[in-house]
Amino acid sequence: MAYKGRHINPRRFDRSQIKILLILLPLTAFMALPIVFIINHAFKPMDELFAFPPRFFVQNPTLENFTKLIKFSRNAGIPLSRYLFNSLLVTVITVVLALLLTTMSAFALSKIRFRGRDMMLKINQLAIMFVATAVLIPRYLVICRLGLIDTVWAHVLPLAAMPVSLFLVKQFVDQVPDSLIEAAYLDGATDFQVYLKVIIPIIKPAIATAMVLVFQQVWTNMETSSYFINDESMKTVTFYMNTLVNAANGVAGQGVAAAATLIMFIPNLLLFILCQSSVMNTMATSGIK
Amino acid sequence: MKRNNKSGYLFTAPYALLFLVFILVPVALAVALSFTNFNAVQFPKWVGFLNYITLFTSDEVFMQYVLPNTVVYAVVVGVGGYILSFLLAWLLCNLTKGVRTVLALILYSPSMTTGVAMTVLWKVIFSGDQTGLLNSWLMSLGFITEPVVWLTDTRFLLPIVIVIGLWSSMGIGFLAMIAGIANSDESLYEAGAIDGISNRFQEMIYITIPQMKPQMLFAAVMAVVNAFQNGMVSTLLTGNPSPGYAAQLIANHIEDYGFLRYEMGYAAAVSVVLLLIVQIFSKAANKLLTEKD
Repeated sequence: MAYKGRHINPRRFDRSQIKILLILLPLTAFMALPIVFIINHAFKPMDELFAFPPRFFVQNPTLENFTKLIKFSRNAGIPLSRYLFNSLLVTVITVVLALLLTTMSAFALSKIRFRGRDMMLKINQLAIMFVATAVLIPRYLVICRLGLIDTVWAHVLPLAAMPVSLFLVKQFVDQVPDSLIEAAYLDGATDFQVYLKVIIPIIKPAIATAMVLVFQQVWTNMETSSYFINDESMKTVTFYMNTLVNAANGVAGQGVAAAATLIMFIPNLLLFILCQSSVMNTMATSGIK
Repeated sequence: MKRNNKSGYLFTAPYALLFLVFILVPVALAVALSFTNFNAVQFPKWVGFLNYITLFTSDEVFMQYVLPNTVVYAVVVGVGGYILSFLLAWLLCNLTKGVRTVLALILYSPSMTTGVAMTVLWKVIFSGDQTGLLNSWLMSLGFITEPVVWLTDTRFLLPIVIVIGLWSSMGIGFLAMIAGIANSDESLYEAGAIDGISNRFQEMIYITIPQMKPQMLFAAVMAVVNAFQNGMVSTLLTGNPSPGYAAQLIANHIEDYGFLRYEMGYAAAVSVVLLLIVQIFSKAANKLLTEKD
């Protein structure tokens, strides 16, 4: 059979895809192993956690580990619900703030001409390569000086400006046709009305993507809790889970830690699944030109 | 496009302010601190280039372990992960949309589980006695007769950290590549077939890649950043410093000096070196990907 070309993006299944699947399926299964394991581990009863030789899959799933997790934190003085509440509060504030800042800047950087714009774009593009861990100490000093230690803002503000999301949203706003915006201006709309009524509805996929990115960063972040917060009751659930994982050296603790890990992982996964088509839509315009 | 300085500044000001305070100022401070001796208690004392000189001439741990480890890690996880994510993205795009979405989700999900979340799992898998999953498997398959102490044996520490890094490297750059390939111009593939392209490999080299340069570049930058940012995993698995500095990466070195020894001036110098290395690698990726036009 002569080569026909265009195998990318096939609409139907055909035989040529079998060999691709033969490569991909085992690889994907291998990559999925750790996550499958953590799910199984979280539901193992005590005797299966202790089983020798160790078992991969759970046989008699139980919620024992989850109830223990709740008891565990009750004994520690600060209930799990407190950490969860902190995490939720911090995550919601950061995501909302980040989305507001990001979309506003993206709109201006893409559709309004002003002095210094090109430089701002360049600096932001450079900052995509910013490695946060490298400036942990100066960041700590800044937060100290601003008096933010032990406040919610120590969790929120350092993560609210995220160069990658601004970059992605800006690339997406670039695609909004100028004629649409001009028409709105002719109808007497102000800049803010254009931003709210024209731009925001069109760039929903990019907003969803930015949300996924910011959420992931905040939800899994441990640095803010370990370095900027001393008050135990102000720390987030990620930090608590980590102390739990470190404290849980015994086999019994493993099940509890696995349950904790699962609880941390699920919201992340769900949000991504919900937003995945928007994310893919946005990533199509993600290129650096 | 509208020309309006005032509203331009108004709309960008909030982001710019946070960017300035939490990214730009800290970077500037890091540069400034790197020329001082600072122990977090007394006022920083100016020492000129001393920290940098020490780093490159007499910090044996840095030259002997941290730098080589970081280079190996960055090459395997950064470059290797980049190539792997392109190949996987390309393979995925040869499948129908439904299957592709499910497989992409599975491959992407590890990148959502930053170091912290999965520590317990790695500890179970790589546990040093017979109850460790890997030991148990390898022993039942007859590859080893004695359990291997994976997390303290200096021979295995770096490879383990690398494997974990690779496992979680299919991140946002990977998604960009899928989108880039999936959205490439279909008529070009037909034209290519007429012009004598005779297999999938040629198609990939001559049609797919040239079309998705921007996504390739974006993914490259993400891969570089990812490769250097990581360091958490080894600290969580083995503590800081790792046994025999076997898995000590530059990020761990910064933490070691900054937060364990409180030599913050010195740690700042290491940070500046890290930021520079990332910039250089990204520039190199940029050159490599744009010159081939």
